[in-house]
Amino acid sequence: MIKTVVVMGATSAIATAILRQLVGADAYRVVLLGRRPEPLQLLKQDLLIRGAKIAEMIVSDMGDSRGAGLIVQEVLSHVTTIDILLISYGELGHIDARTNARETDRLLQVNFTSTAALLSGFLPLFENQRHGHIVVISSVAGDRGRQSNYIYGAAKGGLSVFLEGLRHHCFRFGVHVLTVKPGFISTPMTAHLPKGVLWSTPEAIAPLIINAIFSNQSEIYVPGFWRWIMGGVRLLPEWLFHRSRL
Amino acid sequence: MWTSWGKIQHIDLPKVPFSPSVLNSSGDHLAIGNLRSYGDSCLINPGTAISMLNYDFFLEWNSQSGRLRVCGGVLLADILQRCVPDGWFLPVVPGTKFVTVGGAIANDIHGKNQHKVGNFGHFVLELELLRSDGEAIKCSPNQNASLFYATIGGLGLTGIILNACVQMIPIRSSMIDTEIVRFNGLHEFFELSANSLNDDYSVAWIDCVTQSHGRAQARGHYIRGRHAQSGTLVSHSIGHRRNVPFEFPGFMLNRATIGFFNTVYYHRQFFKKRSLTQHYDPFFYPLDSVLNWNRIYGKRGLYQYQCVIPLGGRKALQEILDCISVSGQASFLSVLKTFGTIPSLGMLSFPTEGITLCLDFANRGQSTLALFDRLDDILRQVGGRLYPAKDSRMSSLDFKTGYPQWQSFLQYKDPSITSCFWKRVMGYTPPKMKPGPDAFPNRSGHL
Repeated sequence: MIKTVVVMGATSAIATAILRQLVGADAYRVVLLGRRPEPLQLLKQDLLIRGAKIAEMIVSDMGDSRGAGLIVQEVLSHVTTIDILLISYGELGHIDARTNARETDRLLQVNFTSTAALLSGFLPLFENQRHGHIVVISSVAGDRGRQSNYIYGAAKGGLSVFLEGLRHHCFRFGVHVLTVKPGFISTPMTAHLPKGVLWSTPEAIAPLIINAIFSNQSEIYVPGFWRWIMGGVRLLPEWLFHRSRL
Repeated sequence: MWTSWGKIQHIDLPKVPFSPSVLNSSGDHLAIGNLRSYGDSCLINPGTAISMLNYDFFLEWNSQSGRLRVCGGVLLADILQRCVPDGWFLPVVPGTKFVTVGGAIANDIHGKNQHKVGNFGHFVLELELLRSDGEAIKCSPNQNASLFYATIGGLGLTGIILNACVQMIPIRSSMIDTEIVRFNGLHEFFELSANSLNDDYSVAWIDCVTQSHGRAQARGHYIRGRHAQSGTLVSHSIGHRRNVPFEFPGFMLNRATIGFFNTVYYHRQFFKKRSLTQHYDPFFYPLDSVLNWNRIYGKRGLYQYQCVIPLGGRKALQEILDCISVSGQASFLSVLKTFGTIPSLGMLSFPTEGITLCLDFANRGQSTLALFDRLDDILRQVGGRLYPAKDSRMSSLDFKTGYPQWQSFLQYKDPSITSCFWKRVMGYTPPKMKPGPDAFPNRSGHL
């Protein structure tokens, strides 16, 4: 029995690592969505060699919520059931966005509004098929608004709350919703940042995420120690928090 | 902050992930892989370090012919994972599977089967090179051959290795029939070497600490193996690996602890000869099971000294071992391997007929460097040379005499690519010993 996985933002480092491990272990049909055709084509061919049974690609820009309906239609013209829906696109944004209204709007679109719209668009399918995993990459940045990246953080925080509600709703349909909160991961998105001991790699966290998918967990911090770090950050009293540069 | 495997020199500039337009920026560039080279051949400062690790796609795999085309950033570990179950193995593997294909080509790496099949470059059917003028050039022994031979072993300086087509070798089992023989003294090593020419793989671990009668005892284990003829085809597991969580304090590796380790290791095998069948993973990559093993050398890092001594240099080998043994600078992992007669393809490829000796030394500053200078002196007498992938201190003069094709190489080097290593060996450093006309006798038989 070939399972279908649909990935939005397939060329992101985390999605690529998850896909490679999935297709290496089991029979999958993969539907890959991304903005740029060249890397998407490379990944499609790569996954076929690594064990994917069928691979298809759809070039589209998911960061704009006005296109969500069309994207959902396009995907549903390829597949009739989805076993795993993985949403992994996102953009960290630049710190200057703090004083730029348009950029703030755009980052919220890319990281929250568009994702929420897509999830609502796919919901009828999941309600009908009464099974499946919805996996969304959120972020530890959404756990508390911090001066260094609160626009991205607000979007991801909003996304986490959205997913919480979606999970609540989906429970009675037997559909599983997983919120993934990665900490510092070395990917092209974070290539410009200085690295330290807290950093992990997509290859290291992919098996943790896959395990969380198949054991129907609700929310996972990857690597796991971020649950304790963010717990600590959330507990910091305001007077101390305001004196930090987190 | 990042560094190479030896942790001698640190770079404080960000790495840039590969993209097709990456060479368009101004300044110097260097494509880097998984940073398993020990010295500064994979470092650049100032300049842009382009990490190829995100460019790791399989492009073609034909499980009938064993032809594989992959992007430059693919790790050998990933290739084994994919191809072993189909009954194919990498033609040449180094001591770790965590190197990229681009790195394997750029250093024209060799393995335990060098004496029979040559280097990695001998199995590269074709490669595609991205030059800083924006052109992507296909090269092979039949097409742009000179650029191909400059790129094999070319230390990544001829352009970015985008992808390569590699001929894999067929296997019937993922197991290796192994034989381990104890030897005591170099004469026994040479005897074993001569008797093992038909084995696919051979290498020796050697104890460089223990002395007898004021000379290095040169005892060790001779390890030889061949692919088992029947069995299952199972790739290595990607499960949990033991980790060295932090850098050990520098004093922990000293003559006493290493001497103790070496003695225990030597006597681990009670009988003269032991046979076993083991998976390829522990046979080829015993150190891969320990993550970050370079941390046991402490904050100051380690130097690796790997040289090749041309045929007829047996006396020099004993001299080098004596010199190390007397110096008190203990080497933990010392490896001896016979190189065969197949000429290397690359203009700057390291292997040449003879014996290669590979030693790890904790960085003790000046005293370690002084020992290397003494070893260099011995090596110079017999016309040996050092391996750029392991080096962070060889002199410009030694490089240029050891690699006489460096001048022809220059015309293929990409003008906007360089490395710390390249700048170092191209720059002029005053020779310690004035080389007279007879200082480098008999340079023939070198390439």
